Amino acid sequence: MTRIPLGMPTPPGAAPAFPAAAARSTQDATLRENLRHATHTIRAKRAAAVAELSDWAELRAAGAAIKDHTLRHLDHYLEQAEAAVTAAGGQVHWAADAAEAQAIVTRLVRDTGEREVVKVKSMATQEIGLNEALAAAGITAYETDLAELIVQLGNDLPSHILVPAIHRNRAEIRDIFREHMARWGRPAPDGLTDEPAELAEAARLHLREKFLSAKVAISGANFLVAETGTLVVVESEGNGRMCLTLPETLISVVGIEKVIPAWRDLEVFLQLLPRSSTAERMNPYTSMWTGTSHGDGPAAFHLVLLDNGRTDALADQVGRQALRCIRCSACLNVCPVYERAGGHAYGSAYPGPIGAILTPQLRGTASALDASLPYASSLCGACYEVCPVAIDIPEILVRLRERVVEGGAVTIRGTRAVIRPAKGHAAERAAMRAARWTFDHPRALRAGQRLVSRTRRLHPRRLAGPGRAWSDTRELPEVPPESFREWWQRTRGPQGTA
Amino acid sequence: MRVALFVTCVNDTLYPRTGQAVVTLLERLGVEVDFPAAQTCCGQPQYNTGYRRETEPLAHRYADTFRGYDHIVVPSGSCAAMVRDNYPRLGARAAAEGRGRGLADAAASVVPRTYELTEFLVDVLGVTDVGAYYPHTVTYHPTCHGLRLLRLGDRPLTLLRKVRGLRLLELEGAEECCGFGGTFAVKNAAVSAAMGTDKARAITATGADAVCTVDNSCQLHIGGTLARQGSAVRPVHLAEILASTEGTEGKAL
Repeated sequence: MTRIPLGMPTPPGAAPAFPAAAARSTQDATLRENLRHATHTIRAKRAAAVAELSDWAELRAAGAAIKDHTLRHLDHYLEQAEAAVTAAGGQVHWAADAAEAQAIVTRLVRDTGEREVVKVKSMATQEIGLNEALAAAGITAYETDLAELIVQLGNDLPSHILVPAIHRNRAEIRDIFREHMARWGRPAPDGLTDEPAELAEAARLHLREKFLSAKVAISGANFLVAETGTLVVVESEGNGRMCLTLPETLISVVGIEKVIPAWRDLEVFLQLLPRSSTAERMNPYTSMWTGTSHGDGPAAFHLVLLDNGRTDALADQVGRQALRCIRCSACLNVCPVYERAGGHAYGSAYPGPIGAILTPQLRGTASALDASLPYASSLCGACYEVCPVAIDIPEILVRLRERVVEGGAVTIRGTRAVIRPAKGHAAERAAMRAARWTFDHPRALRAGQRLVSRTRRLHPRRLAGPGRAWSDTRELPEVPPESFREWWQRTRGPQGTA
Repeated sequence: MRVALFVTCVNDTLYPRTGQAVVTLLERLGVEVDFPAAQTCCGQPQYNTGYRRETEPLAHRYADTFRGYDHIVVPSGSCAAMVRDNYPRLGARAAAEGRGRGLADAAASVVPRTYELTEFLVDVLGVTDVGAYYPHTVTYHPTCHGLRLLRLGDRPLTLLRKVRGLRLLELEGAEECCGFGGTFAVKNAAVSAAMGTDKARAITATGADAVCTVDNSCQLHIGGTLARQGSAVRPVHLAEILASTEGTEGKAL
């Protein structure tokens, strides 16, 4: 199966809008079954893990409050973090956008003289398309997270934040290992089956060579503690621990919203994150490091702080909630739209409900894809319910829909600007205006209802044109002989006259 | 106690039976109910599609229409949630844009008086047994905005359990969205249909005679999908079940 790369860095002008991509992916029976099975399993486990804590609501409120406080004083905490990291022997670099971050990391790797790097699973580096940028500079990046390895070997794209290969089943993974492992290093063992233990062992043997030979590692971070300059990576395979400790140089690319004020704040997030993401009570491998230590771990540490649209999102009073996100994926796992459309339809590193609110804020709403993302939701609210930092995703979706159809004031690279409504909504806008006018004139509404009722025998059972979107899969309702208001007026007298 | 029915535009135009059932039910419970004819639509389709400015006159209209009533009863979870959840947002935005407090005040005046039907029955009237008779098997689909925005909780099921003759069948994956979502149903027709298909299959698998909700807009989608699948299960609004008594029960199915 070939998949068109839809990475964050390239303007997705040519990428299909969400509805078109989803119309194709919903027809993929294997994908649907893989996703249904995986999301329903993790959904049930998360619910059980969360139900164990009697103070979950308080933890959730605390998580949101800590993030809101930090975002309100982001300048302060970032400078504090920079000073602490520098004092501990690290070097801090500031990247305003993806291109700057790519250039900084490429230069840092080149300075080491190495041509290969190992990577800890990182959303920030996916977002900026770092692997592709490094490849263009002749540097090979090896993904070491099992699911990221599957995606990389399969020349595929991640479709989930936590489980990037969620769209693959074990038989597909076996085939990918057999076919592609040899090209990247140690080949898959002969006679590899689709038993999970065998697949994991094949990956372990393949990756071990990378861990032991790599001189440079690239990671992201889940948290950056401002008071101490400590970075935190939360993972469950141990590959992160290897990458963070064995190489000589470590480069961490971290979104500026990952900062938290103090060490004690981790108490909240290290409860919220594992239960929400993997349904674990305690995270298996939590790696923390502060700058460099002589004779222990990487001798050189670089922190690349990434903006890439975050301060623009911060300027929006409703949309800024999205910056609280701790990338747990709980919203993906409960989303009925994600479950059916799959992650690739969202066309960015961030699929699912969080992607639908984050991508249009980080990239803007100029492309057809990005303008369609806020509509990739039935507004059922399941995402908000499970979000461990209480991001009101439906509220932001509606806010972004308004930006798409009405335009208005936004912040682009730190400057306030007024954007025009997105193209292609003229007919809808006219219909909405007409509906509003009718609803503001009850007599007209009643006349319209009468017309529909009187002609009800003439209505087609299937609609043509845009109405086909409804009647291709659903019968039309039978129109009643009279509306409620007609009935009321007929039976309850003249006070009901409109 | 002055009680007004906000029937909603969908019920008014396509499901007058639901409105009639609410009137029958409330009058049977001794409530005098009025239908102010200036009412139209809460503005939810406009608002949720992004047309906030087109929504504002409709919010004003709602507040003007129902001025003076103690309680506004809405036989729709999502329309009641539109008023309670989004009117304050509309008001706050208008105020923040320097357009005065008018809309915010209008919102504040209607929010505490707006009740979804089951809230009005259980919380205001304090009844759970409304004296209904409905000799059919029924499965209940909790619609999203009633479930997650209004937090209706057990109210609908409590009311259904007290209906004589009714046998309630559990729906698998009940709390999953049916896929309607207003304009989502046409903007993302493929995903909407996929969700609707799964929901309709789960409903049919219960073997019930009817699927009950508190939202006819969702029923438009669920019922349309069931019919296309050739399912024998019929969509019925909760009000129609609660209004049924001996001698009338055949009409609601």
